[in-house]
Formats: sequence, structure tokens, C-alpha cells
Amino acid sequence: MEIFLQQIVNGLVVGSVYALVALGYTMVYGILGLINFAHGDLVMVGALTALQTMMFLMGVAPGMSPIAMLTLSLLVAIPVCMLLAFTMERLAYRPLRNAPRLAPLITAIGVSFLLQTLAMIIWGRNYHTFPQLISTTPLQPIEGVFITPIQITIIIVSALMMAGLVLLVTKTKLGRAMRATAENHRVAALMGVDTNMIIALTFVLGAALAAVAGVMFASNYGIAHYGMGFMPGLKAFTAAVLGGIGNLGGAMLGGIVLGLVESFGAGYIEHLTFGFLNSSYQDIFAFMILGLVLIFKPTGLLGERVSDRA
Amino acid sequence: MNELALAVPWLGKRNPLAARWLVIAIAIGAPIVAMMFGRTWVRVLDFALLYILLALGLNLVVGFAGLLDLGYIAFYAVGAYTAAFLASPHFDVHLPIWIVLPLAACFAATAGITLGFPVLRLRGDYLAIVTLGFGEIVRIFMNNLNYPINITNGPQGINSLDPIMLFGWDLSRNIQVTEDLAINSLFLYYYFFLACVVGSIIFIQRLQISRVGRAWAAMRDDELAAKAIGINTRNMKLLAFSLGATFGGVSGVLFGTFQGFVSPESFSLMESIAVLTMVVFGGMGNVAGAIVGAIILSALPEILRHLAVPVQNALFGHVLLDPEVLRMLLLSLAMILMMLLRPSGLIPANAKYSHIRYLKAKGVTE
Amino acid sequence: MKQTVVALAIMGIGLSVAQAQEMVVKLGSVAPLTGTISHLGKDNENGARLAVEDANAKGITIGGKKVKFELMGEDDQADPRTGTTVAQRLVDAGVKGVVGHLNSGTTIPASRIYNQAGVPMISPSATNPTLTRQGYKAVFRTIANDVQQGGVLGKFIVGPLAAKTVAIIDDRTSYGQGLADETEKAVKAGGGKIVAREFTTDKATDFNAILTKIRGAKPDVIFFGGMDAQGGPMLRQLKQLGVEAKFVTGDGGCSPEMIKLAGDSIGANAYCSMAGLPLEKMPGGTEFRNRYKARFNADVQIYSPYAYDAATAMIKAMQAANSTEPAKYLPELKKSSFPGVTGTVAFDDLGDIKDGAITMYQFKAGTWAAM
Repeated sequence: MEIFLQQIVNGLVVGSVYALVALGYTMVYGILGLINFAHGDLVMVGALTALQTMMFLMGVAPGMSPIAMLTLSLLVAIPVCMLLAFTMERLAYRPLRNAPRLAPLITAIGVSFLLQTLAMIIWGRNYHTFPQLISTTPLQPIEGVFITPIQITIIIVSALMMAGLVLLVTKTKLGRAMRATAENHRVAALMGVDTNMIIALTFVLGAALAAVAGVMFASNYGIAHYGMGFMPGLKAFTAAVLGGIGNLGGAMLGGIVLGLVESFGAGYIEHLTFGFLNSSYQDIFAFMILGLVLIFKPTGLLGERVSDRA
Repeated sequence: MNELALAVPWLGKRNPLAARWLVIAIAIGAPIVAMMFGRTWVRVLDFALLYILLALGLNLVVGFAGLLDLGYIAFYAVGAYTAAFLASPHFDVHLPIWIVLPLAACFAATAGITLGFPVLRLRGDYLAIVTLGFGEIVRIFMNNLNYPINITNGPQGINSLDPIMLFGWDLSRNIQVTEDLAINSLFLYYYFFLACVVGSIIFIQRLQISRVGRAWAAMRDDELAAKAIGINTRNMKLLAFSLGATFGGVSGVLFGTFQGFVSPESFSLMESIAVLTMVVFGGMGNVAGAIVGAIILSALPEILRHLAVPVQNALFGHVLLDPEVLRMLLLSLAMILMMLLRPSGLIPANAKYSHIRYLKAKGVTE
Repeated sequence: MKQTVVALAIMGIGLSVAQAQEMVVKLGSVAPLTGTISHLGKDNENGARLAVEDANAKGITIGGKKVKFELMGEDDQADPRTGTTVAQRLVDAGVKGVVGHLNSGTTIPASRIYNQAGVPMISPSATNPTLTRQGYKAVFRTIANDVQQGGVLGKFIVGPLAAKTVAIIDDRTSYGQGLADETEKAVKAGGGKIVAREFTTDKATDFNAILTKIRGAKPDVIFFGGMDAQGGPMLRQLKQLGVEAKFVTGDGGCSPEMIKLAGDSIGANAYCSMAGLPLEKMPGGTEFRNRYKARFNADVQIYSPYAYDAATAMIKAMQAANSTEPAKYLPELKKSSFPGVTGTVAFDDLGDIKDGAITMYQFKAGTWAAM
């Protein structure tokens, strides 16, 4: 039983990170119909920028409290990612907004690889140790089920950020403008919405979430490197599709569900397939789910959008 | 061939016939020139031909039919592993290339249809991401199917594939003409691959102007309109997937037998992206584009590798950027800049079958 | 391109001048000189270079001519396809023997090219058993292979660590899977029970799901076949999940990097193995270290003594055969038996080093200490 509960904890932690990243995908897709492949790499940029800041702070003010250091590094990482996303949108995506559909997608893949390469040049290929400023000493709320303070922080911070985002989108004027733009650019523009600004803002908001996700991801595992964002990015996209792309609640639900599926899959696949398959197939669950959802229920768990958007 | 000749700078437009002969002469003479710089470069050319085959196949799917496939390398893997199963000591089966090649083509085509069927309803970006997933799933299976029954030998890969035997010639051996003169095996492979490429080009060009090619073009440019005029888009899509996959499978067989060793690391997502970049860079929907893109993007990294380290050492006294990093930089920039500055590629597709040019000429942007 | 031609021409002139005075014999050295493990690659090349320079200093005559050895260093980037291209380049350049490559994944496909050209190849570091089991006559190595290493690991787990139950994880790479399989065999042979066999990848960071499953199986020892980049985070997650089993890994995790990445989660219950003896215990180790330091102003990483012995073996075989032609000196290479830096250098029928040593290390006082 405690193994089962432990797998739920594992799944929730991974799922929270997926959910946070999935929000970025889903917002951009909702508004532009573009899979921003490079979004996952913003997670990496966030983590590595924060690492750089921490190294700097440790050199300048060695006695600084961990919480202050974490906050400061987040305050650097978030704007850096936002700025990067803004530049990306302005230089690489906006000129292609009316181009044939394949063009922006190919550019997005290019941007993703470019970010990884640049990170490789700046930070090298090695894995870096990421300071674990929030304690990783496990607690045992139930006998045999371990959870660390950083993992609790991840779940809580993700929930808070998502709640904040939902409030922003549903209750504010800005949110209304975003929804209007997603519905129809031209009409929104006619109604006095500066759609270019709104689209840029959407990218920037997603980037902020990605930066937070990156710092939390790296703090939890204690490592960071240039390729750390790509796979979680793909999986987060899967989560967004699973939940129903363009739907904020769906992205969160999809993230959590995917996290749980991966964790239970790796834990129980051997029993379920009578020893034929094993945990070496852990990475295919996300892709299988993606395929199955798109084929049988393209609207996802909560979404209304159909995949065959003309 | 015509397209390729027309693409020759300056000469192509003035004297297509001369340009045509020039292309033929280059194709035949290239390995001899390369040999002057060392056999390494002949090997690079051999690989370039394999990439041309891959790019031609992917171009059918992406360029002609307008279906973005990010898992194309999976078919290459199917071909390479078919060769490894049917012509190596792994299962101790040693079938000749004439049986392996068609079988691999069939398997790859079947894999193409298997992928095609479920994803028929998907379009554009969704299709891209599902095919990406498919490519990864295939690679993960190749990497893990050594348990419970050893089929693929897992991450260890399969070694000592049989070399290609043509009419009793072993392509992996040098032919001793006289005591001092020998034709190197790399040349034999080069001309064999060249023959495959030429055959493919002829086939594809016939296909392009056939009913099927025109149906693809119609479907790519406007699926709804294509349906309305009675094109069976489902069958056309499946045909595109299976034909494209066939090319992947065939080049996979050639790759496996040439290298003599296949392992799952050769079939990573990065390879799919590299082939896609070749097609995009050269010009989608255009045979000459795929060829030029494949040659440039497969040979340039080798040249960079050769020059990058000494040049950087001379300039800065140490190596700032690894050749591998340069290659990634080059690929990613090629993708972004090409889309932004020259979306129709280095050699834009022939206006007759291209939507981009037509639309541009009409001043339509969307 | 033009520069290349000019360079070739200059090289050609240089060679013909040199030939007038003495015979130049080229040896190749291949290893990744760029990328993540370039420090190991450079170390290999330095080892071979030192051997070549020693031979030149001694002034060797073969076939009546004074011989000057030259080392051609090449970069294979640890990539199989680049490895074959580079191998071809060396064969083109007419090298008489090759010390390399570093990784098994690149060495195996490249060995085919050397074998076809009849150029002897000695790897100082590729440990995958397949390398010497391809039936190639000209392929050797100066380091113990994974069968030997896995055997020692297995015996260590059931012997000194007295484990009854063992969980095994590998990273699904050619290296990790090979080592894990050999270790599994040896554990079973020693009477240990495998209670869990789990898998991850060489790009993964989250191991919680499989580690939780392993925790349920309550093993005495967890063995991981893989690299430090995964091993380090794995140790952290084991601690976070409250697993107290001993942790054993192979040479991929036997690095300072592993200690760095594991942070405060590594302790005295972490062990690793490394092919070969620690430098201090090699017959000529201390002397080698000092000379290496004096020559290259760098510390010996891991494999340079093996590269030194590999190059020396070739040179000694050429002397014995009184010829630098591969076909002539190959039989002598097979019969090699001399005291090298790492111990007695002698090859078995397959081309593997005879009595290759494996050393176990334990984490102690911030570093890996030989046991």
C-alpha cells in the first residue's frame, strides 16, 4: 500500500511540473494555433539562469539566507525568460503569422535547437549541480511514504500559479482581451484590442511559468543542463493535448494525469504485461497517450477545440 | 534531371543541355575528385547519397503531399534492421540484397501505412507531433526488444551485416584490376548508391506529373477543394506515407550494409530533424531542392569538422566551438533563417506545381 | 579547399625531406577530443604521444634504417559515424597502427575499417566484450573488458558486501546494459537473488518511479550500470525515498563528477569499480605520473597508461619483426609479453589483455578510495 501511495506522490510532483509547462503550450496554441516547440527549452534557460545567479550571489554574499537567494534568482530568471520569449515571438514567429502552416512549426523546431545549442555554448555540455536551497530531507506523513519539503513546495507553487493564471484570464480585462484574440484575431482587433501586444503577452506569461517550472525542476533533482527542457517540454505538450488544448483547466488536469500514468506505468507495467514489457518503456506512455487521444478524442478530456481546425 | 539542370547557376537558364551534362559529369566525377583529398571524402559522398535518398523520400511526404512527418527516421530504422535480421550472423540468415531490398521496402511501406491510417484525420502540427512520437516509439522498441526474446539485440546493436553482393562482386572489397591498380570499395558503393538515387529521381519525376502527383499537389494546397473535385484524399495520404516510407526503408538497407553495424542510436529524433532541414533548406516539393539540401547539409558539417578546429586554433589559439556544436548551430539557423527569408528554399519548386509561387504571384499571403 | 591542397603539398614536401634522412612511421591515435569526455580523449592521446616520444628518444632502427615515429591525433567525437570517417582518414594517411578509440560504441564500427585495411588497432579503454569477438585478427585492447569487470562486480556484491538480494538498473545504452547483464550473471552465479531489474535512459533525471518499485523489493544492494550524470541524481533520489541499500556502480560512475552530482547524498555505502589498477599500484605508475606531469603539465586522468602500453606494444612488435609493415609485425604483436606501466602486457587468443585487473573503490572522505 505504501508503495502505491508513494507512486501517487511521485506522479503528483512530476505532474505538477508538466502542468505548469503545459499551460504555456496551451495558451500559445489557443491564441495562435502554433506548437511552440521552444517552450520546453525556456524551462532549461530558466533553470540555468537561476543557477548562474545563485553562483554569483554565493560569491558576493556568502551568508545570504537560502530563501532570499532563491527569490532573487527567480527574480532574475523570470525576466530573462520573458525577454527571450518576447524576442522569439517578435523575430521568429510574428513575421510568419500568415505564412503556410508548416513554416512557423519548422521555425519553432529551429528555435528550440538554437536555444539548446546556445545554452551548450554558454554553459557547456556537462551536468551542473543545482543548489538545493529548500530542504530535501524526507518527511514521512504516513509510515513508508516519503515526501520532501521541496516536493511539497512544487505542488503548492504550481497550484498557486495556476490559480493565479485562471483568475487573470477569467476575471481581468487583459484576460478578456486574450480570450477575444484567441476567438478571432480580426474581430478582436476591430473591437480595439491590440492583438500583437496580446499575443506577445501570452508568450511572455507562458515564459514566466516556464522559468518557475525550470527552477523548481532543477531544485528537486539537484541538477541542470542544456538538454533538460526538451523531453519535459514534449511531455508537457502531450499533457496539454490530453487535457484539451487551449483549455487552461485541461492543461493542469492533463499534466497531473500524465505524471500519474508515467509513475504507475513504470511501477506496474511489468505486472500488467506478465513480464513482457518493463520500465524501459517508460518514455512511450506519453506518446501512446498522445496518439490515442488525438485519434479517438481529439478534443481531449476537457477541451472544445477540434484538431481539424481549418 | 531537368530541374537539377535548371538549378545550375547561370548556365542552367542559358543552356539547359550543357547544364545537364555538367550535372552528369559532376555526379560521375565527384568521387574521383574527392579521392584527391583522401578516401575519407569519398565516404562522405557515399553518406551524402544516402541522405539524398532519405531527403527525396521525405520530400514526397512533406513537400508533395504537405504532411509534416517528424518521425521519418523510423522507416530508415525499419530498413536498416530488416537488413540486419535478414543478412547478418544475428539470426544466421544470409539473404542476398535482391531479396532484402524489396522485403525492406515492403516492411517500411507497411510501417508507413500503419502510421498513416490512424493519423489520417490529423493535420499540420498535430500530425507532426504524433509522427514524432511514432519515431521515438520505434526507436525505444528497437532499443529494448532484446528481452524477453532477443530480437534486436537491444542497445548493443547488430554487428557484421553482410556486404552487398552484385553479380558476384563483393562491394566491400577492393577490386584488384592490376597489381598496382585497385578500385576502392568506397567507389563501388558510390556508384551503386548513385544508381539507386538516379532511379529514384526518374521515378519521382514521373510520379510528380502523374495523376497521383497532381492529386497530392491539389490536396496540399487545399484539401477541401481536392475532396470536392473527387480526389480520394485518404488513399492519397496513405500512398504518400507508404511511398515516402519505402524510400526510407531502402536507404536504411543501404546504410546498414554499408556501415556493417546498426544500433538504435543512429535513429534518434535529431536525425529526423536533420533530414527535414535538408528538405526545407533545399526547397520543399522539389526534387532538385531535396538533392542540393542533402548534399550541402551532409557535407558541410564534415568540411566544418575538418576546418573548424585548425581555423579556430589559428585565430584564437584554442577551440571555442566544437565542430558538433557548429553543426547544431548551422542546422538550427538554417531552419529559422530559411523559413524567415526564403520560405520556398534554396531552389524554389517549379511554379507549375507549387502553390507558394502561384499565391505570391497573385499577391495572396494567406 | 584550396588551403587543404596547399597544406597537403607542404606536408608532402616535408615528408620527402624527412625520408631522405630517416624512415618516418606514422601511428594513429583516436579519441573524442571535443565534447563532454574530451578530457579523457586528450589523456589517451597524451599517453600514446609519450610512448612515441620515448621510442624516438631511444633511437630505434628497424630493417637497417633509423625510424622516427609520428603520432597522428584524430577526434571521433564519441560518435559512431564520425568514428568510421576518422578511421578511414587514418587508413588513408597510411598509419601502421592505431591506438584507440575510447568508447566501445565508436570502436566497434571503426574496427571493421582497420581490419579491412589490415592495420592493427589497440584500444586502451573500450570495454565492450563484442569488440574482440568479431573474429578480427588485428584488434586488441590493453584494458579488462566488461565480462571481467561484471564478474568482479558480481563477486564483490555477493562476497565482501554479503548481499542476498540485489536490484539491478541499467540505462539502456550499449555500455550500461552490457555491464549490468554481466554483473547480473555473476551475482546469480554467486548465489545472489535478483529481486528487481529496472531500466532508465541516459537522458533521464527522474528515477522515483523505478526506485519506489525497487524499495518495495527490499534489496541489500542496488547496482546501476550507467554514467555519473544519472548515477548522481539517482543517489539523491534514493536518499529522498528513504532507501538504505548499498549502491554499487561501474567505471561510468567512478568519477569525481559522480561525487559532485550526488551532493550530500553520497556516503560510505557507495562503491564503484574501475578497470585496471589505481595509478599508485601500477608497476611503473608513480614514475609514469611524474613524467606525464612534466611533459604535458596535466594530471593523468584514467586511461593514458593503457594508451602508453598500447603504443609501446606496437613499437616493440615492429622491432621484434624488424619491419613496420602491419602484415609482418602483427604476429609479433600477438605474441607480445613485456612489463608495461600497467602490468604485464600480453594478449589472449581473442586480443584481450591477459589477467586484466579490476579495482573496487569505496566513497571515503570526499573521494573514491581504492579498496
